[in-house]
Amino acid sequence: MEGTAVLGRVTWRTARVVELHDQTASARTLTLAINDWPGHIAGQHVDVRLTAADGYSAVRSYSIASAPRPDGRIELTVERLPNGEVSPYLTQQVTVGDELEVRGPIGRWFVWRPEQEMPIQLVAGGSGIVPLMAMIRSRASTDSTAPFRLLYSVREPEAIFYSDELRVLSSQGDSLVVTYAYTRVTPKDWLRPAGRIDRELIASSMWPSNLRPSTYVCGPTSFVEYAAELLIAAGHDRDRIRTERFGATGERK
Amino acid sequence: MNASMNYLDGNAAAGELSRIFAADLTSAEGQCANCGVKKPFAEAHLYMQCPGVVARCALCGHVLLRLVNVGERAYLDLRGMAYLCLDTTQ
Repeated sequence: MEGTAVLGRVTWRTARVVELHDQTASARTLTLAINDWPGHIAGQHVDVRLTAADGYSAVRSYSIASAPRPDGRIELTVERLPNGEVSPYLTQQVTVGDELEVRGPIGRWFVWRPEQEMPIQLVAGGSGIVPLMAMIRSRASTDSTAPFRLLYSVREPEAIFYSDELRVLSSQGDSLVVTYAYTRVTPKDWLRPAGRIDRELIASSMWPSNLRPSTYVCGPTSFVEYAAELLIAAGHDRDRIRTERFGATGERK
Repeated sequence: MNASMNYLDGNAAAGELSRIFAADLTSAEGQCANCGVKKPFAEAHLYMQCPGVVARCALCGHVLLRLVNVGERAYLDLRGMAYLCLDTTQ
């Protein structure tokens, strides 16, 4: 990382929980103050390590939801997974003042930098919105003029993260256009029936492929594979699509 | 979720690999030693339901990288990649 003494080497740091905010019934946003945090780029993630009294430890990766902030704090939004080892603690038990171990920021591939001026297409599946929200917030907090579009596939209206903020940011001209695809339950009087994103929705809501948008797709593996293939079938260049997959498969010690 | 989609991608291994590599691996281009495709490591398919992590080529499935921690030591097998090109300016 720029500005740190040791080139690129990422070490475990102590993070203090300074704020908690319920995002949905099953997801919580944690604001962390981290010792000697070197700063991050929108799209990056951190590893969080929890260690039990008997020495057993579990590590999970969580995307950073916040844009780089002057106070150096970061936000994570964690979705509670059934039978999860770490997420139930982070969404139900953790309290303000608690300390966690955090390693990061990690990854320089799935990132958006404010100097990228071309049209940006974001495609989120469920909590895959988190790193994309960091990009949206990063755009809003800088003088970037890159036009953003977000296609957000979500189970039902109550499962939307950052709902109010997205409404505000997308009501300020054409700089951010948000399209929701509800897969199970739609709002009342919603025109499109509940269902996965499809060719028609891509054609009507996304940047056309001839504008060569930079596209970021994040969500569960099955969503990412499905969405990326749809985009390629719609004429989008595979090399301009960046993907990040997440899942509950990280049983690491 | 489809049983054949029990993988993540190279992004998920980046934290663990940062213990070994000073440069970011997700943006590093690697060439598959089997099919010859060149891709950023972020796009490799990553399997974590094993003692370590296994990264496979997204195109042909060939094993690119294996990393296993045993006690205080890490075993790293990179023979599945013909080369790995890292950005050292970071």
